[in-house]
Amino acid sequence: MGYCRRVLALIAAAALGGCSQGVLDPQGPIASAQRLLLFDSTAIMLVVVIPVIIATLAFAWWYRSSNTHATRSLEESYEGRVEFVVWSIPALTVILLGGVIWIGSHQLDPRAPIAENSDPLRVDVVSLDWKWLFIYPDQGIAAVNQLVIPAGTPIQFRLTSATVMNSFFVPQLGSQIYTMGGMTTHLNLLADNPGEYPGFSANFSGDGFSWMRFVARSLPAGDFNTWVGQVRGSGSELDDAGYAALAKPSKDVPPATYGSVVPKLFERILDQTAAGPGSAHAAGAQRPPLPGAGG
Amino acid sequence: MTVVAIDRTATAVPTELAHGRGGGGPASKRIVVAYGFWIFILSDIIMFAALFAAYAVLRGNTAGGPIGAELFNLRNVFIETMCLLFSSYTCGLGALSAERRQPGRFLIFAAFTFVLGAAFLFIEAREFAHMVAIGAGPSRSGFLSAFFTLVGMHGFHVTSGLVALIYLTAQILVQSLQAAVLRRLLCWSLFWHALDIVWVGVFTLVYLMPV
Amino acid sequence: MPLGPSVRHCLAPEVDMFGKLTWAAIPFDEPLPLISGIVVIIIVLAILATIVIKGWVPYLWREWITSVDHKRIGVMYIVLGLVMLLRGYIDAIMMRTQQAVAIGNAQGYLPPSHYDQIFSAHGTIMIFFVAMPLIIGLMNFAVPLQLGVRDVAFPVLNSVSFWLTAAGALLINLSLVIGVFSRATWWGYPPLSELAFSPDEGVDYYLWSLQISGIGTLLTGVNFVTTILKLRAPGMTYMRMPVFCWTSLATSLLIVAAFPVLTATFVMLLLDRYLGMHFFTNDAGGNQMMYVNLFWAWGHPEVYILILPAFGIFSEVVAAFSGKGLFSYRSMVWATLGICILSFMVWLHHFFTMGAGANVNAVFGIMSSIIAVPTGVKVFNWLFTMFRGQIVYRTPMLFAVGFIATFVIGGLTGVLLAVPPVDFVVHNSVFLVAHFHNVIIGGVVFGVLAGINYWFPKAFGFTLHEGLGHASFWCWLVGFWLAFGPLYALGLMGMTRRLEHIPDPTWLPLLLVAEAGAIVIFLGILCQIAQLYVSIRTREQRLDLTGDPWNGRTLEWSTTSPPPAYNFAVLPKVEAIDAFWHMKHTGQAPVRTAYEAIEMPRNSPAGFITAFFAVIMGFSLIWQIWWLAVVGFVAAAIVVLIAAWSIDREHEISASEIAQMERAGVG
Repeated sequence: MGYCRRVLALIAAAALGGCSQGVLDPQGPIASAQRLLLFDSTAIMLVVVIPVIIATLAFAWWYRSSNTHATRSLEESYEGRVEFVVWSIPALTVILLGGVIWIGSHQLDPRAPIAENSDPLRVDVVSLDWKWLFIYPDQGIAAVNQLVIPAGTPIQFRLTSATVMNSFFVPQLGSQIYTMGGMTTHLNLLADNPGEYPGFSANFSGDGFSWMRFVARSLPAGDFNTWVGQVRGSGSELDDAGYAALAKPSKDVPPATYGSVVPKLFERILDQTAAGPGSAHAAGAQRPPLPGAGG
Repeated sequence: MTVVAIDRTATAVPTELAHGRGGGGPASKRIVVAYGFWIFILSDIIMFAALFAAYAVLRGNTAGGPIGAELFNLRNVFIETMCLLFSSYTCGLGALSAERRQPGRFLIFAAFTFVLGAAFLFIEAREFAHMVAIGAGPSRSGFLSAFFTLVGMHGFHVTSGLVALIYLTAQILVQSLQAAVLRRLLCWSLFWHALDIVWVGVFTLVYLMPV
Repeated sequence: MPLGPSVRHCLAPEVDMFGKLTWAAIPFDEPLPLISGIVVIIIVLAILATIVIKGWVPYLWREWITSVDHKRIGVMYIVLGLVMLLRGYIDAIMMRTQQAVAIGNAQGYLPPSHYDQIFSAHGTIMIFFVAMPLIIGLMNFAVPLQLGVRDVAFPVLNSVSFWLTAAGALLINLSLVIGVFSRATWWGYPPLSELAFSPDEGVDYYLWSLQISGIGTLLTGVNFVTTILKLRAPGMTYMRMPVFCWTSLATSLLIVAAFPVLTATFVMLLLDRYLGMHFFTNDAGGNQMMYVNLFWAWGHPEVYILILPAFGIFSEVVAAFSGKGLFSYRSMVWATLGICILSFMVWLHHFFTMGAGANVNAVFGIMSSIIAVPTGVKVFNWLFTMFRGQIVYRTPMLFAVGFIATFVIGGLTGVLLAVPPVDFVVHNSVFLVAHFHNVIIGGVVFGVLAGINYWFPKAFGFTLHEGLGHASFWCWLVGFWLAFGPLYALGLMGMTRRLEHIPDPTWLPLLLVAEAGAIVIFLGILCQIAQLYVSIRTREQRLDLTGDPWNGRTLEWSTTSPPPAYNFAVLPKVEAIDAFWHMKHTGQAPVRTAYEAIEMPRNSPAGFITAFFAVIMGFSLIWQIWWLAVVGFVAAAIVVLIAAWSIDREHEISASEIAQMERAGVG
């Protein structure tokens, strides 16, 4: 018995202790709002679901044939008042939830910029096989499998994929968004405090998928600028040759940085993906935008 | 509240009075076969709907290649459309002849239907071959993939219909116009007319509204 | 004239007689698939040898393989589904085990390429070759009996449907030993499933086996829509049909409307892969988002195809074992039809995170939660059927109660997922995996197991062992919650789905609980196997001599167990809902005089032979053995044409034969 209790305690500890680093431990306003929605929606529905489960077990027990105390009414198969209530309860719940859905979807639209006093930082994200490339177009640097951002600053992401569909996700910062070849998606997140938050791909993309993990490191604003300066001065350039090497399939890639990046790399990756495998870089080529998410 | 008059034991209605609310018992074989075939045709139209949707999405994706307006010859499209529409007419006449147990007249109209359908296919095949020859084949762009598949799937159905027509005609010649064979002919003509309807959709969306 | 690149793609001169098939396709160097393949082959050969040596071939050919009797076809579907359940389960336990051991520096026992095939196969098999055959099998068995008619509208087509489904199952199992299966998940999203990223035969196995079985399923849909709408006993108006028939009708309508979309989508992906087209490729104007939309335009109705018959089964079971008519039949019917229609309007909730924008996401989120209304109504109606009833706890009723309690939680998490901002943080995590297993196991599997226990005596003339049935229920219930409860928590902790390697060691305790749960489910499966074995062994003690072991309400219980081939010597005249209950309580005597001759459809080998050539065609298309594909196609077409030539499809059972059979009470 003692052993069972220990196992149960372990499980409970794991379940509750795992509250850190996940959706239930938000570190930004988007994730906080989403956790609140999760709790609110669950609470609204539990108001109906818990009585239903209790009623199920209660009726199942009380009306068993061996119970001599129970009233039976075997011919009854319709009662208008009950019918009315039976349709109303789910309908009212759903109307309430519908409002929550409408408002929540608009407030937490990934494309909506986060209003904040500081200027947003732009980060371009490219999912490769099987690592993440983060380009800072305004700073002219890039990083692989690490996303360093200033705390308290809204981050404006533009995302694409150089290969297959992936999903950029840092649970503690909030929403995930798909990355797709030849298309751009948009996301806005913010980290309230300095810290390190795990990130990964949330859409299966092949044999190296499990290793498509990165760390989102949020630094105080001053430290962030220092970091940018450090990266700028060192490391290799992410030029065409460097990118071609990076684009080769590899997994479990350790975090790395690039001191400089060729201009408009994100746009050129977009064009190259849409031009097809084996084609030369469509260097700055102008083509009609493909129909897709954002643009 | 009162107990609603659903037909439980307490408020049962004798069988004879149940007609009109679906209580007439199993339908005849002719109705069952035709109904089932209609449902099948509906499912086929939904398959075409998915291909239409794909075409609508991809029609602008020419990937720098040829566009519809450059490729389509509306005169040929008009001719093949007329062939198909007339074949529906002759199909109808053939069905009427069959209903009236006139195998000779049926054969004549079946022959016309076949020839018109084959003419449609011939024109379409020539169009496809020409497009492939000038480098506008289905692997050139998303638009062309969608075009060839939508129009080609319709052509595949027309081809199957012609094969089935030959088979049915042979069956009529050998087994005469008995009820079971007539039921199949009815189904075949439903199929042929449905293909006509799909073609109206195709030439409107694809040829009359080119990119 | 020069051939375009598409056609050249296909007719490369270096292709030889065996296409892409070489000895390298057999996994000689990979112990796991090799050994499992050898074991399966040995078992199959042993079974075939037993059948041949014992001389059962003529019996099987005559009574089962060429049968067009809906009752036989139903049983064969269920056998197929249960056998494939074993395969799908083995995939599941392999995945659970890999996830329980591959933590931190440990790499587990499955390399990524295997793990990816296993989870892709698991999903594909469970949806298409377990859940679909099981519910279609139960529909096949029960619907014509409940409608008071002799068979479905198109019996030969019914046989074709079954054998094409079996053909698809065979193809997918061949991928275990010859070549590899798809590694592109059970969805097959491009560009991952396109040639550029999946050049091997795996995705082709996936596509062809599903196309072939998809034709079978579509024909089933056509068959049952026609049967339910056009073939019912005299007096059975729409509002006197059993609820299981209403849900079967809704399912069949969904099949007819949704499966063609899947067919078209797979045609497009096949054209991309075989002829170099650009529907969904990254380059040359392909649009991968369109695949996702089309796939889920089929995919969402598909899950309602699975659950509606289960709802119908529970409606029958709860009413029968509560000794009361189903509460509010009319609103059950409207709720069913409402679910049917709404299921086409929610598909985008499978990809809220694709970036469609707030308005679109919100509309689809609201539509998705609206579906909870008719579902909730059904739950309440079941509860009120139990209220003041006289509940007898046979195995089906246990599953019904377990279903209600479990399914509402699955529904709750489903509505949570319907809130787009919430979905943004749990999409594609194991929270999602827990949700859909919650509704599929708690709903579909429990429903099928209830249905099998409920209708087994009607099919075979004796009931299943009650104690082992109860044991299997408790194992499934406890096992399910142990296996998937932790996944809800893990999803919130940041565990995404389809991980071959676990990055966070703190997840281990919960993963071990999940592994334990999977083992308890296995105990449930063992209990079912034991139940079947013991029931057959001791059947004399549980014979169903009256044909009505549960004091049932619907017409199937008015026949003998098992029913004669023609079901009803005289079609019953229906005067009320719960027609058999009405007959019993108004003392309606069965008609004994004036039997008329009955025309029943002859057996036909068309289904089996067509499916045989479909397997040949599918296999050769997968391996690009073009000449064999043509042979298979032409042969299948010839079989169809030959079968279609004969218009004398029926044989007559004379009135005196019927009288004899009815007197003997034989079935």
